[in-house]
Amino acid sequence: MAAVTLLSTRAVSKTYGGLKAVQNVDFILPKGEIRALIGPNGAGKTTFVSMLCGRIPVTSGVIEFEGTDVTALPDHKRISLGIAYTFQITSIFANLTVYENVALAVQRHHVGSDKNLKIQTKIALARVGLHPFSDQTAGDLAYGHQRLLEIAMGLGQTPKLLILDEPTQGLSDGEIDAFKTLIRDVAQTTTVLLIEHNIDVVMSLADQITVLNFGEIIAEGTPAQIHANAAVQTAYLGGDDA
Amino acid sequence: MRKSIALHLGLIALLIVLQFVLPAYHHGNMARIMVMATYAMGYNIMFGYTGLLSLGHAMFFAAGLYGMGLSVQFLGMGVGPAFGMGLFASLTLSLVVGLLALRTLGVAFMIVTLMFSQTIFLVILYFNPYTRGDEGFVIQQSVRHIFGLDLSDPTIRYFAALVLFSTVLIGTLKLVQSNIGRVFIAIRENEPRAKMLGYDTWRHKLLSVVLSGTVSGAAGASYGILFGYVGASFAQVPYSIFPLLWVLLGGAGTVIGPFIGTLFMFYLIDLSSTVTDAYMLVVGVVLVLLTMFARNGLIGIVRERWAKWLP
Repeated sequence: MAAVTLLSTRAVSKTYGGLKAVQNVDFILPKGEIRALIGPNGAGKTTFVSMLCGRIPVTSGVIEFEGTDVTALPDHKRISLGIAYTFQITSIFANLTVYENVALAVQRHHVGSDKNLKIQTKIALARVGLHPFSDQTAGDLAYGHQRLLEIAMGLGQTPKLLILDEPTQGLSDGEIDAFKTLIRDVAQTTTVLLIEHNIDVVMSLADQITVLNFGEIIAEGTPAQIHANAAVQTAYLGGDDA
Repeated sequence: MRKSIALHLGLIALLIVLQFVLPAYHHGNMARIMVMATYAMGYNIMFGYTGLLSLGHAMFFAAGLYGMGLSVQFLGMGVGPAFGMGLFASLTLSLVVGLLALRTLGVAFMIVTLMFSQTIFLVILYFNPYTRGDEGFVIQQSVRHIFGLDLSDPTIRYFAALVLFSTVLIGTLKLVQSNIGRVFIAIRENEPRAKMLGYDTWRHKLLSVVLSGTVSGAAGASYGILFGYVGASFAQVPYSIFPLLWVLLGGAGTVIGPFIGTLFMFYLIDLSSTVTDAYMLVVGVVLVLLTMFARNGLIGIVRERWAKWLP
């Protein structure tokens, strides 16, 4: 397996006062993979991916994207290198239309005519099934649809790496099935890093799973390996040695 | 898109018609309103569309006014090139102020712009021998000519104000419907998200300040040319507050709102002062009522209720 590394971290840590939210994480994400990042609440998952996309600075450590050190780059520059991040807590432009939200995601990297921008925007909307809602005010959408809008904004950027922070939270079963199909399709061309609590989604989508607990990686492997891993079971369920 | 172009061209057409039908008094008022509405439109780019509240826009108006006025007075320029000097002065000032003030956010940004503006006012007074700051100076009627047209003539002045107003009106419309305008609005609505879509929001904010300041300066320079007076009173705090009021009344973040707000406020003062000496009380009460019941301004209400497409 001569996989090309898309993103890697070396000894990345984040400390808030005395609290070590993330400690010495060495993480390698090969190109083309769907990687799930799981762990109990407060394990540092969101903190970790926020450092990857530059929303919060690292306390120490190095982050490399496509072989270049991006640790010191400001957030918007990292995004323009091809990292897209969708927020755990929905962060859309609530007063703008659904169309405008996605157009903003598309137009930054978009070259070509206004007509082409329109087409690209409509494609991104159609992929998540929101095209009938184009002209609605985004803030008026149902919660599940707002989550889908977040994903459409991620797709609209045509990123190399798509980071999804709990994308299925608040989605119905039917929507989750559609989501799984969508991500499999997206993964043809894009590497996906997924923070997810829904174990069913993780098990059926992920090629590899990384488990964080108390800010450290405690396990990494295929869904089957993680399923059988004793340390993971202890972290999730509690155990005698915990 | 089509509807919005029709509306704005319609407004310009209406103003052309008014030139021929308005009685002299209102004719003169309208020329003044168009110049001041241009100032308000400049303010609106930053406040209404990008969400940056400045309390110091008088400095940009004054930079245009004095950039033009001093060039006429001491460099012997015609009003055409002097207008260019006014633009240059306000562009430079807005660039410098933007670079410094945008290091702050929110309330601090308001205070910093207010302070810079006061500094400019005091600088104008300090150089009193040149600026004649406290009493001002007159741009002689003999200078106020362009392409052989006498800009002090009411009809020509009206059309000159209309050219300025229309250019900025259509320019603002194009701007807010462009990709850059869309990013300005995104910054106003949710700046962290705009960053997370890969936009350098700081640079966009700087661009917004420079555009806003330069348009305000164009209004200042035009005011001096068309009405023949240059003075430090235009650099004082009230002239920073007026565009804020006009924009709020008309509808922040609407292209046509600043004009409606300026028109409304002008005639509110004008009409109430013919009725009572306590006209400021009338104005105050109306302003309070409007902020209580029409928080998005007059055009803001129209957009909410009837015309969602208004840019």
